[in-house]
Amino acid sequence: MTDAPTPSLAAAKQEPGGVLGFYGVWLLAAIALVVLPLIFSSGGSLTSFCLIGIAIIFALSYNILLGQTGLLSFGHAVQYGLGGFLAVHVMNAGANHNWPIPLPVIPLVGGIGGMAFALLVGWVMTKRAGTVFAMISLGIGELVASSSLILRSVFGGESGITTDRTSLMPMFGWTFGPQIQVYYLIAFWVLVSAIAMYALTRTPLGRICNAVRDNPERVEFIGYDPHVVRYLAYMFAGFFAGIAGGLTAINFEIANSAYLGATQSGLVLFSAFIGGTAYFFGPILGAILVTYLQLGLTSVTSVWQLYFGVIFIGIVMFAPGGIAGILMKHRPLIRAGTLGTVIPSYLVAVIPTLAFALGIILTIETVARFSGGDVINLLGIPFVATAPTTWAAAAVLVVGGFLVARITWRRVAEAWDRAATVARDRGYLA
Amino acid sequence: MAELIVISTLNGVLFGMLLFLLSSGLTVIFSMMGVLNFAHASFYMLGAFFGYQLTRWIGFWPALVIAPLLVGVVGMGVERYGLRNTHKHGHVAELLLTFGLAFAIEEIVSMIWGKSPVDYRVPAVLDFPAFTIFSTNYPAYKIFMLVVSVVIFIALLVTLKRTRVGLIVQAALTHPSMVGHLGHNVGRVFMLVFGVGSALAGLAGVIAGPSLVTQSDMAALLGPILFVVIVFGGLGSLPGAFIASLLIGLIQTFAVALNGSLASVFGPLDPSLGPSPLTDIWNVTIAQIAPILPYLLLVLVLIFRPMGLLGTRES
Repeated sequence: MTDAPTPSLAAAKQEPGGVLGFYGVWLLAAIALVVLPLIFSSGGSLTSFCLIGIAIIFALSYNILLGQTGLLSFGHAVQYGLGGFLAVHVMNAGANHNWPIPLPVIPLVGGIGGMAFALLVGWVMTKRAGTVFAMISLGIGELVASSSLILRSVFGGESGITTDRTSLMPMFGWTFGPQIQVYYLIAFWVLVSAIAMYALTRTPLGRICNAVRDNPERVEFIGYDPHVVRYLAYMFAGFFAGIAGGLTAINFEIANSAYLGATQSGLVLFSAFIGGTAYFFGPILGAILVTYLQLGLTSVTSVWQLYFGVIFIGIVMFAPGGIAGILMKHRPLIRAGTLGTVIPSYLVAVIPTLAFALGIILTIETVARFSGGDVINLLGIPFVATAPTTWAAAAVLVVGGFLVARITWRRVAEAWDRAATVARDRGYLA
Repeated sequence: MAELIVISTLNGVLFGMLLFLLSSGLTVIFSMMGVLNFAHASFYMLGAFFGYQLTRWIGFWPALVIAPLLVGVVGMGVERYGLRNTHKHGHVAELLLTFGLAFAIEEIVSMIWGKSPVDYRVPAVLDFPAFTIFSTNYPAYKIFMLVVSVVIFIALLVTLKRTRVGLIVQAALTHPSMVGHLGHNVGRVFMLVFGVGSALAGLAGVIAGPSLVTQSDMAALLGPILFVVIVFGGLGSLPGAFIASLLIGLIQTFAVALNGSLASVFGPLDPSLGPSPLTDIWNVTIAQIAPILPYLLLVLVLIFRPMGLLGTRES
């Protein structure tokens, strides 16, 4: 997590076309967001895009804490959920009193809600970093989630509070009834929030956050109070989480206590960490992957949450930099032109690794469907969960795949070392 | 009233002792290895489910011994092959590994045994009222639970204070690297402590299973309370964990038994006010806020005494 490139190194390596490239990325993202629903226009994919967009904002806001300031929070959904609830209440009030509030500013209201709560509890919470912060964030999360079931008039108890997004003042003739209009609203906020959060990492505050993450003691010596820095980071994270919550409230037209709960906090942690917390774009990848898996796996298997757990454990143990970390590791090799020497060993390693993964999947599905007797359809091959042949196949795949994969990955590491040495000689790797 | 006090005290002490079976392992693991084990409550749940399954196959008494041992083996495996490899990535990675494990164990348990409660019954030998007090029958099984946890508590105390292993563990609590320098295999000590801690959690699960509900969400319900206990008692302090366990056990039990609300003390609010957060707070009973009390306590402790009751360090 601490292997983020230092600014001086990154700045020195920036090519002449860096500025163009920098704006080009955001421009491309904007174009992609506009064009996506035109290519995939079905209702299902539109709904997925909306969920992914919200998940991206939420995961990026989480990374302000975990990746940039080094605060591991187990209760980030509190700000998200409270933002959602405030958004719903303002929407309902706006509709009842005919306030001139158009729907597109509602996420801002959610953001203010999330920030207000962060303002309230943040000072106490951010006194300490590390494990103490993790525990108190868990405690606050449980506290708010349980309280939400008691304060029924505000949180609507088990059923939550509903709203109607079309009842607000229309803007540019848009009522935001159709999903496509909601999509563009979400896409707009995704882009704005992502740019804002990226800009935040470039400000002196963002830089001092990184310093607080890496060495709070030295930050104190140069005259900053790490507590204040953590507090500010916590508020910004709460603000953007609230925006995501407000968008969720608009998307589903409901806010309920599940938004505040531990499951939601766990999912955002998974997204950010699987994507990779050391790079800004990591959580975006993670949010896309986790949401996509969440939507895709539920129809395939009943134990999809277990796969999340397994993927997460795998990432924590073998690639703590997440997907972004894996990708960025290859950058110096590509620049040095030595990536080609690593690829053959990768191709060899892929086969037993895939076999191992398939074995794990087969084992999990065998256990899950043992009593139900459903047929497991793996790559078009039907397996019966109660048949000993299936167990044997799973055992062979897991054990054999693991043993062979271990050897091949060692060879990958050797090839990697050779390529990295060359890259180092050519000056592309520090 | 006297009945309520006696019964709730008994139940509270019992719950507190169960909490101590878990929190003792958690706090020793935390102070030795710096790892806050999120999966500790999951080991408790594994104990309950292993106990249930083994009770069905070979009976309760063998299960009482074998299930905790199995959980201990699982715990040692987690330490040896999981945490030890993750250690180089730092404490956050270790914490996240146990978090992922807790998540995965819950899913595996609900995959194998289902999401609804399993029929884990009190063994027939102990299924009788031990004594009758104020016309309430107090079950013998609860007395059995109390006896087991007190015996384990004493055994733990003697091991820590009177044996050589206990001496090393105590030393490793405060000065882990010094213990390593003195030639002890710290890795093996860690693995054993992790295993014993998990086994204790498993034992708590085996004996608590028939009395409480054995269900796949029991870890998620108990886990956060455990953290409250060890923070409240002071991280790394065993006596602190003991006091905090009893205190939280008693607070929880008494709160659940009390039915008072602000409305019952000061009379109902004027109905013309309509529903508002005030009426919610006015009408909520102490029993209803019982689940929040530990977390309120946690927040208060972290504000006013961040090192906990008997703790000596802040993080």
